[in-house]
Amino acid sequence: MPTPDEVKCWIEAGLDGSSAEVVGDGRHFEAVVICSEFAGKIMLEQHRMVYSGLGDKMEFIHALSLRTYTPEQWANGA
Amino acid sequence: MTIEERIKNTVDNNRVVLFMKGTPQFPQCGFSSRAVQILEACGTEFEAVNVLSDMEVREGIKKYSNWPTIPQVYIDGEFVGGSDILLSMYQNGDLQNMLNQ
Repeated sequence: MPTPDEVKCWIEAGLDGSSAEVVGDGRHFEAVVICSEFAGKIMLEQHRMVYSGLGDKMEFIHALSLRTYTPEQWANGA
Repeated sequence: MTIEERIKNTVDNNRVVLFMKGTPQFPQCGFSSRAVQILEACGTEFEAVNVLSDMEVREGIKKYSNWPTIPQVYIDGEFVGGSDILLSMYQNGDLQNMLNQ
């Protein structure tokens, strides 16, 4: 079972310029992902970007809750 | 009929479709259960598909929507999102607006 740090690395490796904070118990994970590429995209697209970056690693993750922000949104205390 | 056609048939012939683990009465996963509660809170009727009883749908739906997790919600044949997006749409009222159109 992956650790939160591993999931963090997978997310950041799969989505250029992103930074992620991840917590989880090995099966269920929650991630906050910040990336400038999210700008102008609806939430569904933002989440898809994260999932496609993870690719087949999603098989090791039972559940992943995502909250996605652009750097500006995050700076404004989204 | 291919699995894609079966899925398309379901989402085209039912206004609201929830692909979930388990059934509305007996959800088998927290996220699926939350999706059921949200749709019920909106007072909308929906077609529930138990992906645990049909492995072909369970894998086919992920390819169909290019979304790797279950549950998945479809409204008017369009993929809306998983449990996270459904919750945030419910909280900001977008879901209710979409359903009342």
